[in-house]
Amino acid sequence: MIKLNNIVATYTTVRGQVDAVDGVDLEIPSGTVLGIAGESGCGKSTLLKVLYGDITYPLSLSSGDVEYGIQDAQGVEITTRNIRDHWFRRIAYIPQSSMSSLNPVIRIRRQFVDFLDPDTDRAQVLEQVRSYIQQLDLPPEALDAYPHQLSGGMRQRIMVAMATFFHPDIILADEPTTALDVVVQKGILLLLAEIQEEMQNTIFFVSHDMGVHYQISHKMLIMYAAKAVEYGDSSDVFGRSLHPYTKLLTESLPTIGDDHLRQGVAGRPPSLWDELHGCRFAPRCPLATDICRSVEPPMVEYRPAHFAACHHADKNL
Amino acid sequence: MKTILKTEKLHKVYKLGSLLRRISINALDDVNLTVQSDEPVIISLVGESGSGKTTLAKVILRLVDPSSGSAMIYDQVVAGAGQKPKHREYLSRVQPIFQNPFEAFSSYRTVDSYLETTAYRVVGLGRKEGIEAMENALASVGLKYADVRGKYPNQFSGGELQRVSIARALIPRPEIIIADEPVSMIDASLRMNIINLFLSLKQDYKTSFLYITHDLATAYYISDYIAVMYRGTIVEFGKARGVLTDPQHPYTRLLLESIPSVRRKWERKRMALSDIETKEFRFGGCKFRNRCPLAESICDEQRPPAIRKPDGREVYCHFA
Repeated sequence: MIKLNNIVATYTTVRGQVDAVDGVDLEIPSGTVLGIAGESGCGKSTLLKVLYGDITYPLSLSSGDVEYGIQDAQGVEITTRNIRDHWFRRIAYIPQSSMSSLNPVIRIRRQFVDFLDPDTDRAQVLEQVRSYIQQLDLPPEALDAYPHQLSGGMRQRIMVAMATFFHPDIILADEPTTALDVVVQKGILLLLAEIQEEMQNTIFFVSHDMGVHYQISHKMLIMYAAKAVEYGDSSDVFGRSLHPYTKLLTESLPTIGDDHLRQGVAGRPPSLWDELHGCRFAPRCPLATDICRSVEPPMVEYRPAHFAACHHADKNL
Repeated sequence: MKTILKTEKLHKVYKLGSLLRRISINALDDVNLTVQSDEPVIISLVGESGSGKTTLAKVILRLVDPSSGSAMIYDQVVAGAGQKPKHREYLSRVQPIFQNPFEAFSSYRTVDSYLETTAYRVVGLGRKEGIEAMENALASVGLKYADVRGKYPNQFSGGELQRVSIARALIPRPEIIIADEPVSMIDASLRMNIINLFLSLKQDYKTSFLYITHDLATAYYISDYIAVMYRGTIVEFGKARGVLTDPQHPYTRLLLESIPSVRRKWERKRMALSDIETKEFRFGGCKFRNRCPLAESICDEQRPPAIRKPDGREVYCHFA
């Protein structure tokens, strides 16, 4: 079980401080793929940074922490304080752009073993890397190439291989397929899903594409303007969503073969710089009433393991 | 009937590499498209990155010259050999909308200065008519001139700024708007507002659109015609509904199967991957043959011709 205890993450800028994640409180069962969805600026990437323990200026953790539910070799609980010591081996990160994460002037194989202790036998690890790459049906020659010699899809597969080579407990993926074509995207998502099934890692998967989430996420977290607004099993969030924002988001998507007229959501997300009262979605919400504009809705478990932060979660649109 | 869009034997070759190791990439390789209609239409151009869809848009927008062949918009040649319109006349008939509105507008200029340039310089309106044209154009995208005046791009959200760039394109009352991935940078909740706007502009302004996208679902939603491209060639072209609900080219099928839909889950199995992109640009026969389940020796040797189907679509496949 991974516990996010009331996380508030703050950016310090010349204009002052702004909370990009404002009070996210969740428990995620180990071995789940958690999809995180929301619009740009909703705080999903900042939440991943906090989970990775990559909290450096201008980002700071104003309150809360993460308990990862795993222990290190000495039996000490791993939390936000010591997660950085376990990068790569226990927690791994798959970025959006492989080109800016891989070093362009050294070969792929060296990047696999670059961070190892000097007394490790690199040749032996490389042998293991080679056989792991073959297990994933990737060409072993890719290891001897420089990043620019590989296609975008191949590079991102290498990133997936790199992130999973040490069988980490937790994998964080920030829009890992956004820059890729649909055919390549499908290949990578299926590869990641297969690895997860085998290793039973917990994956935090950020994407703005609801279709991608439907394909691979077990659970879904919907964020809006720095708040968590809905959390539950994928089948519930897609099939019987509680929050009007989730409903509008999934219903606004066109589908091939369906000629219904679709409507976008009116208005725009609030600026986090403004003083915000009540429900942050209220100005755009067709169900909003006076209580929504004055009282912030708490996350409530409306059905078993299905939470939403909405005063009118039981009503239909 | 008017010829809304026609390309004939359109080729564009990009040369890469050093002096000694020259590589040519056929970004457009014999593209022949004809759309005729009396009504305004929305034509979608879909394909993956490297399919040539943006190059085709650039040729039509006269941002690059074709290596050979010609392109025609509303019965007039705009690129390649032939009688071409003057630049200003051309801009009052064909207008672009680009992918990222924050890159399209300079952050040091107010956005209304772009509208003014279009109204005064391109259309040649006077001060009073110019303001009226700007007001009308902004009203038709749901904005007010007073709210836009004197503002810089960073004061808008992406969706609003994209509306401003659509309004700017509308000022000359163009016959066709070329929109290159106009919604890919826009958040999901706002995307459909822009897409619906295209539909209402087609109705009210009688403007045709060339909608370039990799998103087949929105292409299905708004287009009348669709052309699917692969490595610089058209593989399937026809009425959007027909092509997307009953694809006949193996590549169109692969593309449709790969869309992550919220209706049907994928079968969980490993997919073979191709890593030969640059080679495919130079293939003589069918460019898709290496990934095609139907490929035979004829696909190596001959470029598949357009096979016309009863519903009017063209499929470029030996086994269609």
